[in-house]
This record gives sequence, C-alpha cells and structure tokens, in this order.
Amino acid sequence: MLYREAGQFKSTYAADQQIFPIRQDRIAVTLLLLVAFIGVPLFANEYWLSAILVPFLIFALAALGLNILTGYAGQLSLGTAAFMAVGAFMAYNFVLRMPWLGVIPSFILAGLCASAVGIVFGLPSLRIKGFYLAVATLACQFFVLWAIQRIGWFTNNSSTGVITAQTIEILGHTFDTPQSKYLLTLGIVAVLALLAKNLMRSETGRAFMAVRDMDVAASVIGIPMMKTKLLAFAISSFYCGVAGAMYAYTYLGTVEPEAFTLDLSFRILFMIIIGGVGSILGSFLGAAFITLLPIFLNVFFGALSHTFGLDISHAIVSNIELMIFGGLIIFFLIVEPHGLARLWQIAKEKLRLWPFPH
Amino acid sequence: MSREARIGETVLSVEKVSLSFGGVKALQDVSFDVREHEVRAIIGPNGAGKSSMLNVINGVYHPQQGTIRLRANGAWKEFSDMDSHEAAALGIARTFQNIALFKGMTVLDNIMTGRNLKMRASFLEQAIWIGRARREELKHRRAVEEIIDFMEIQHIRKTPVGRLPYGLQKRVELARALAAEPRLLLLDEPMAGMNMEEKQDMCRFVLDVNDQYGTTIVLIEHDMGVVMDISDRVVVLDYGRKIGDGTPEEIRGNQAVIDAYLGVAH
Repeated sequence: MLYREAGQFKSTYAADQQIFPIRQDRIAVTLLLLVAFIGVPLFANEYWLSAILVPFLIFALAALGLNILTGYAGQLSLGTAAFMAVGAFMAYNFVLRMPWLGVIPSFILAGLCASAVGIVFGLPSLRIKGFYLAVATLACQFFVLWAIQRIGWFTNNSSTGVITAQTIEILGHTFDTPQSKYLLTLGIVAVLALLAKNLMRSETGRAFMAVRDMDVAASVIGIPMMKTKLLAFAISSFYCGVAGAMYAYTYLGTVEPEAFTLDLSFRILFMIIIGGVGSILGSFLGAAFITLLPIFLNVFFGALSHTFGLDISHAIVSNIELMIFGGLIIFFLIVEPHGLARLWQIAKEKLRLWPFPH
Repeated sequence: MSREARIGETVLSVEKVSLSFGGVKALQDVSFDVREHEVRAIIGPNGAGKSSMLNVINGVYHPQQGTIRLRANGAWKEFSDMDSHEAAALGIARTFQNIALFKGMTVLDNIMTGRNLKMRASFLEQAIWIGRARREELKHRRAVEEIIDFMEIQHIRKTPVGRLPYGLQKRVELARALAAEPRLLLLDEPMAGMNMEEKQDMCRFVLDVNDQYGTTIVLIEHDMGVVMDISDRVVVLDYGRKIGDGTPEEIRGNQAVIDAYLGVAH
C-alpha cells in the first residue's frame, strides 16, 4: 500500500481523529522512537549525544513552546530566551533550596514560574498585536536578564553570576553520563511534545488558532479573548521554562545569564519560521535545521578539503559555511515561505493523488 | 404546520437604539421586534446602518442609548451593554458580510470551533486526551458531522477554508454559526456576490435551517427578490432611521421605502 490516506478507510470518528491517520506514519514514528530511545544511546558516542542531540532536543522543545504562542495563537514574541532563563534559574533555586522536592517537580515548578512571568508580560497582547507586541515582549527579555544579574538570590549570590547545575538525581538514580542525560532529555521532550499535540488538536488549540486567524469572529462565537491569549502565553512559557531548565541541567552544566540573550530568542524564532509556523513537526524540523546543518557543513567541508588535499585556512572555511548556511535559509524560504513542515504536507497531498495530477 | 402558524411570540425586541461614532449617527431611535421562528429581514440602501444594527444585537458595538431585550429560557434578559462573548452564551450566532472564517483551519475545525461553548473539559484533560476531553471531542464530532451533512459539504471537510471558493466559504460560515445551535441567527448578507444558482442554494439552506431547527433568523440582504420571497417581515432602514416595518407586501407598497430606494424629485 502506498504512503497516503486514500484507501485507508476509517469507520469511527476516534480512528479518524488519531494523531497519525496514515498507517505508515504510525510505523515510522514507532521505529523512530525505538531508535531514539534504544538505538542511539547504545551506538552514539559521547560527542554526538552531549554536543548535538541534547541541544537539538532542547531547542526543539523551546521552539515548540514559541510555536504554541506564535504559530498557533498568533502572538509574536521575542521573550523566549527570557522565559528559558526563568526556567533555568528557578530550577536551580528549587533544587538548591528545596532539595527534598526532586528534580522533575523542580523542573515543573520552574516551568510554572516561567508561565507566571509569561502571563504578566502577555498582558500587553490584550491591546496590541503583531510587531508592536514583539516590541513589548522585548521588555520581558531585558527585564528578566537584568533581574537575574542584579538580584543575588537568583544566582545564590554567585559573584560572577554563573551557576553550576547540581547533579540530577531521580529516585536514587544519578543522571551523570551523557547517555542518561540524553535519555532524560528525550523522555521529557517526547512527553511534552505529545501533550502539546493533544492540546493543539482539541478545543484549546482550535481557540488559539481562531484567535490567530480572525479575533473578532472568535469572540463572536464565544471564545474569551483574554483567557485564551493569556493561556497561550502561560503554556508557551511553561515549555520554554522547562527547555531552559534542561539547557542548564542536561546540556551546559554551568550557565550564566548571558546565555539567554536576545540572540537566543531570535535563534528560536528563526527555527519556527524555517521549520513551519503552527506545526509541532515544524518545531523539530526547524531546530534540526538550525542546530544540525552547521555541523554537517563543517564535517562536509572538513572531508572535502581532506580528500582533495586543499590547504584552506580555517577562517575561510568557517566563513564559507556561514554563507552556505545563510544561502540555504533563503533558498528554503523562497521555495516554501511556510516552512519545511509545509513542504512535507504538500508532498503528502501530491502523494494522495499520485500518479494523477488532479 | 405552515410556516406562518409556527411563528410565536416576540423573542427579541430592540427599543429606541441610537448609536453614533463621533459625529456620524449610525442608528437613531430604531425600534423593532423579532418573533420566534420567523425570518426577519433588514434592508436599506448602503450606509443605512444595517450591519451596525446586527453588531449592536450581538454585542460588537455598544449603543449610546436604548435597550435590547432577549427572551432566553422563558425569561426576558435586558441589556444595553453586552460583550459579544456573552451574546454567544445567550444563543446568538452570526455570519459576517466579509467572510470571517478561520482561514488556516480546516472546515471541520472551523465548525468544531463553533461548538466551543459546549465543551467543558479543562486544558489539562485535553493535553492528556483522556476521559471527558476525549468523549467530548467524539460527541461533538458527531454533531458537527450532522451539520456537515445538512449543509452538503462532506467532500471538503478536511480542506483548509482558505483554499475554498467564495460560495463554499459562505456555506461553511453558516455551518459554523449553526454548530452553536443558536436560538437567534444573524446573517449579514448571506447571498452577497453569489450567482443565481448559489443564491438559490443559500435560500434553501436558510429556509431549511428555519424549518428543521426552528431557528429565528434575522438577515440583511440586498437582493429584493430574495428578501420578498423568504422573509416573513421586513425592517427598512435609511440613514440610521427606521422608515418601514411590515410584511413584504406592505413594504412593497410603502412610499417612504420607494423614495429611499429610487430617490424623489425635489
């Protein structure tokens, strides 16, 4: 059977509403999860796990958080890194000051703190939209970093502002190897991605998209504007907060407030623009594009100069990499302004009718 | 039972409503009533205040003077200052002159969104997708499928509405309004920009909604043939004032209405 919906008949609404209506998708996702949970920790080396896959997963989670707010609910935000910073530093404080709490509850509480900050800085969205809202969320970005740098409590009065994440210990098991950190990250990201998908295919997700597409009509059919927008900020910030906590705990280990500058916010915004605005898959594709592609280019050029015996200086190689990276971003945006996820969707629609054009 | 015999008592009464934007008086002292199960048309030349009237009824605009009374569940509810969200909760649904669908969503999702007030599950239940959230999703899907059948749009249920032609979009918008199971349905030019065949289809849908669901309908329309054919009573507005009110036959013979449409020699 070909990879398409046509011919795979559904006889109940439950079957029609499942996350992956195409059978091949279900098989592929199961295989992917098996490989990610079992295959990768067995065969990948330390560099791959802790320098490539873990940051990819964390960025994918942060991009997913921003996608809920910007892609689904249509509220442009430049405060992503600030919400991540709240998550990272609050997780540090919860683990430090309430060690009996455990790491996972601390992450959740840190996420909820980020939600609270998100709700406060989401209040302007009730009056302003689009680019103006983005500018208002910039205030969040600068205020949060300022507060963390100035108020000693957040960094436990560290003189440099740098915090060192404590060892992660869950139920007596210590997560200190790259493998275990990777598995923890993967587990959290997989669960949160599933929750996000469920949320976006049910009433809350539809309310978000309704507010995004036509706010007057949304309020006329009974969607409360204030509650919906603030909920979008809260959920989005929760995801970013948890991503920030993992950024500190499973990726960097030691973090300073400067790790969460506006640059990071932009990076995550680019991920969802390239990956696909308003798509869970798009968040992962975008994060993969932005975090993995430079590494592949690096390896590719390394191999190229090695095989041809070219003696190119390192500076030129890294500049060429940047140029190609930028060129590819422009190329993909011209081919499909709605992102990689849309390319995938178009391919699916073509396959539905293949080999006929209509 | 004939349609006339089903028409019941007054369910909506608009009393001395005035609305102005700065110096522009959109509505001046307009009063009329709507009876249960009837099709009530609002007509008038461009800029007469018809759309403003609908916006007042469902709380998008707040009139400076006057009250609107709605009979909901046997009790009269009086308001002059109501949110559109509260109006929806009272059972008022509407469509817009310029289609106001959620363009990025599929037809199915658009119509499901119309039932948002009937969903009770919290967002946490929805995220975990168990129990009430899942049951509600399936129960409302069934109800939505019935509306999709009724409006004859089965073939496009999974298509994003942004890709549909205009006539179908109008139909989807009516379906979304119906999904709320409204007691009062406001239609702002449901047949604008349609060809003869599409107009006939739409007329049939409006009358079927009125017959099968018993919904009270207030509609704005420019096509006089349509108005005279499907409405039970007609209100005529001109420059924000009411200049005529009655059955289509009475309106046809009303000199003030003829003057407003054709102009008078001075």
